[in-house]
Amino acid sequence: MFNILHVAAHSIFIITLALLLSLLFNGLERKLIARMQARIGPPIIQPFLDIKKLFIKENIVPANSIKWLFNAMPLVALASALLLFLYMPFAGMPPLLQAHGDLILVLYLFIIPPLALAIGAFASASPYASIGAQREIVLMMSYEFVLSVVVIAFAWLLSFSHAGAYAFSFDTLTAYPIWNLVDGIGKLGVALLLVSALAVFPAKVAKLPADISEAKTEIAEGVLVEYSGRNLALLLMAQAVQALAFASLIVALFFPWNISAFLALPSIFALIADFIFFLVKTFAIMFASLILVSAATARLKVDQAARIYIYYVFLLALFGLAFIGLDRLLVM
Amino acid sequence: MNKSKKCSISIGPIHPALKEPIQIEVLVEGERVKDASFSLGHVHRGIEWMGLRRNPIQIIYLAERVCGICNISHPLAFCIAVENAANIRVPERAEYLRTIYAELERIHSHLLFLGVAAHELGFDSILHYIWLIREKVLDVIEYLTGNRITKAVLMIGGVRRDISKKQIPKIKEMLAYYKKAYEKLCEILLDDPTIKLRTRDIGVLSKEEALKLCAVGPTARASGVKKDTRQDFPYAAYADLDVEAITPDVLLGEIRGDVFDRIIVRLLEIKQSLELIEKCIKELPEGPTLYEPVLQKLLVDLKKVDNEGIALVEAPRGELIHYLRMQNSETLFAWKIRAPTYANMHTIVPMLKDSELADVPIIVASIDPCLSCANRAVLADKEAIIAQEKIHELCVKKTLKIKERLKRWEHV
Repeated sequence: MFNILHVAAHSIFIITLALLLSLLFNGLERKLIARMQARIGPPIIQPFLDIKKLFIKENIVPANSIKWLFNAMPLVALASALLLFLYMPFAGMPPLLQAHGDLILVLYLFIIPPLALAIGAFASASPYASIGAQREIVLMMSYEFVLSVVVIAFAWLLSFSHAGAYAFSFDTLTAYPIWNLVDGIGKLGVALLLVSALAVFPAKVAKLPADISEAKTEIAEGVLVEYSGRNLALLLMAQAVQALAFASLIVALFFPWNISAFLALPSIFALIADFIFFLVKTFAIMFASLILVSAATARLKVDQAARIYIYYVFLLALFGLAFIGLDRLLVM
Repeated sequence: MNKSKKCSISIGPIHPALKEPIQIEVLVEGERVKDASFSLGHVHRGIEWMGLRRNPIQIIYLAERVCGICNISHPLAFCIAVENAANIRVPERAEYLRTIYAELERIHSHLLFLGVAAHELGFDSILHYIWLIREKVLDVIEYLTGNRITKAVLMIGGVRRDISKKQIPKIKEMLAYYKKAYEKLCEILLDDPTIKLRTRDIGVLSKEEALKLCAVGPTARASGVKKDTRQDFPYAAYADLDVEAITPDVLLGEIRGDVFDRIIVRLLEIKQSLELIEKCIKELPEGPTLYEPVLQKLLVDLKKVDNEGIALVEAPRGELIHYLRMQNSETLFAWKIRAPTYANMHTIVPMLKDSELADVPIIVASIDPCLSCANRAVLADKEAIIAQEKIHELCVKKTLKIKERLKRWEHV
């Protein structure tokens, strides 16, 4: 009994923290992009103000829509995005529900928010939203390949080097950082995997150059066009949370080190140090693959983006996989 | 989903891509545009009709407000038309000053377009950069004329404000600034891979189509039609300056007539404008700037005119025509404006056919439509055309209604 209560309290804490952090990162992102564009930009707390205001505003549901589906999908999107943090290492701590889920579950949870968004858009019966939803699905089908290659590469490598351990659990991934398992050409392979995972990031969270499903100047925010008020607030939060979640996934996969392992610190300080180090790592990932990229690119068309993901990024990931395999062969 | 299902999507009159009131209906199959049509007339202000109730000098003020961006081209065309009708010879210095003002306007308008084009592609960093450097020309315009946008410098028979010797260094500084900025712009627009991906071979307008649809200005030139009012029918000081119509092969070596070419033509025209201003400053003759400084006398003279006048001006978007008829009266008998966008609008239909939905905004933006100039009549129902008198009547009614409501609020 006590255990359940403890887990519930802990998960509420994690979820709240994740939500606040992701909105804060969103604000930072907007500010930094603005500075790169020689603008002053909104205050860093702007996402909080936006969400607060959206909750006050009227929630309009289109007359032709399937109302329950239209209203349910934002909730589903946010809930699944937040659930991610219970199964992933977050803020330097091991995942709370480690025993109940692994990397595969996390990957599936990642698919739910975009899918929910697309379903909600289809349910709204708006032509703009339908086009946005179609684009979202096409894009999703093109980048999910890449992620699966990355995960397969990890599992494959771990199953070779640590045959006894469960390759898909984050515990194993944290215990044996991938960079230590390979050398030479294998390190190059891991780097290629990292680059391809980073390339997926903008598409995953609908940011430039892959904000194709929203495309303000083409289809008027596409999937979001009919959403307003509370529903829009939930969707915006889901997107922000997803960005942070994907950044922490990359951190968990590629940079699982904690700083406390290198410094001799009392336990409470170690916790704080790990937390700050985690923030630095996730923000660095977001800076490299979201902020810099979206300040320096135009929006692609959906066929161009799909081609880039299916051909180039996928090939990059495959090369990464091949290099790792080559590295194993050389070791053996 | 049924694959052959076509779906009609309307872009505008209210849409984040096009800030101006035009409705474009595209018939799409998936993402591919099968057919396109457009309808104008969502705003109509009855400017020509209002003009017929004013004397020519008052109309200059009105002509300036036809369009916020071409606020030199419109009054310039109007003034030239009146001068043609009344046989007024404009002093030479005034002709040069008019040229300088018109070219400054072209620079600011083309920079505005380049920013908008970048925004349509989702490339907001370039939008902000270009609009930042556009501030410089607006500052210089303000320095020379006293206002950034509606400059009120033109007058029938000349210009109202002279450019003094003291002001020249500031213009020269601006020219130097833009020469540097031009290099940077070339670098951004020519080398960026995402811009090329989104604009190369998109929205192609062949030379034949451009000629058939009577395209004007940069839209026609990007398709290889060597057509420029400044070259073909010089006005102001252009006859002295050897203007040549710019086609994209100057820089790229080939003409494809796509969106990229239309961007490049405007980029090249910015450089051309800078050179023209430089030449004008160098060759600026001395002398008066007005044919008749006493406006009362000018009005009396104009009252005696019984003639028609026509003027062609190369506005930033293309050839602009003002026609007017004066008939021994204080007011005009007729006034007709043919704005460049009106001629260019039809070219978007062949451009849009077989494009993708994602290309629609950039294709439409690539002709740089300016609809405040182009709208001529308002369609309330599909059939009934509401004429100017009716609009005026409705406006008065609405104003009275608002007044009534305000009164009620005051009592509360």
